[in-house]
Amino acid sequence: MEENFKVIENYLMVKMPEEVDHHKSVYISKTADEYIMKEGVGNVVFDFEDTRFMDSSGIGIIIGRYKKISYFGGKVFAINTDTRIKRTLMICGLHKVIEIME
Amino acid sequence: METKNNTRLRNEMEITFDAVSVNEAFARVAVAAFVTPLNPTMEEISDIKTAVSEAVTNAIIHGYDSELWQGDCQEEKNQVYLRCVIEDDVLEVEVRDTGKGIEDIEQAMEPLFTTKPELDRSGMGFAFMEAFMDDLEVESRPGCGTVVLMKKKLGTTAWLLQEE
Repeated sequence: MEENFKVIENYLMVKMPEEVDHHKSVYISKTADEYIMKEGVGNVVFDFEDTRFMDSSGIGIIIGRYKKISYFGGKVFAINTDTRIKRTLMICGLHKVIEIME
Repeated sequence: METKNNTRLRNEMEITFDAVSVNEAFARVAVAAFVTPLNPTMEEISDIKTAVSEAVTNAIIHGYDSELWQGDCQEEKNQVYLRCVIEDDVLEVEVRDTGKGIEDIEQAMEPLFTTKPELDRSGMGFAFMEAFMDDLEVESRPGCGTVVLMKKKLGTTAWLLQEE
């Protein structure tokens, strides 16, 4: 699963799995935090290209990383979101704090 | 007076599984498969899967305080009970646990309220269940467990989209 994390310049790219639930979220949060600390990246990009399912655990991942990154002025992005994922993010008002791109 | 339209559809299923995180996916897929005879839309399937996932996740991590499952054996046999009933075009889902229960249901249901912020829980579980299903009831007794009862009427997506 390590190949789902990539550092490009000042950005940590996280390729989200097909199903984002509590079972998967613990690993994603933990690994993303390790990269943020180790590599000192400023921004985090979550790529939802392969994601077909996400529950509130996914929201938890994003909010958690946002809290860490924004403290140092970093930004969080969600890219390749389908209408479903976008709706889920917007129900929580996340579009006000992160950049959502289709 | 009997008419032909009175033929009612009824189907019921019940499964019990260990309260481990790997079963969250199993539970939502099982419910999704169970409703297929009703010809649900992709949208409806997604709604149901999300709501079931939320309820089952709650039972596992809050009801039983379970750690992440690493393939190990549970010390105590903690189980989650899932019951689904289809009656005509209405799906009823019941998720029950015998865990620690909820002290203050109203507070638990508030969006963004969570007792486990350290686990990156967003506190949106009940809010999602409410958003994606038509009806939500929660009953709980501290020390005895929690029952979540959700209902959804299928086949309404078409005219909901029209309304928008």
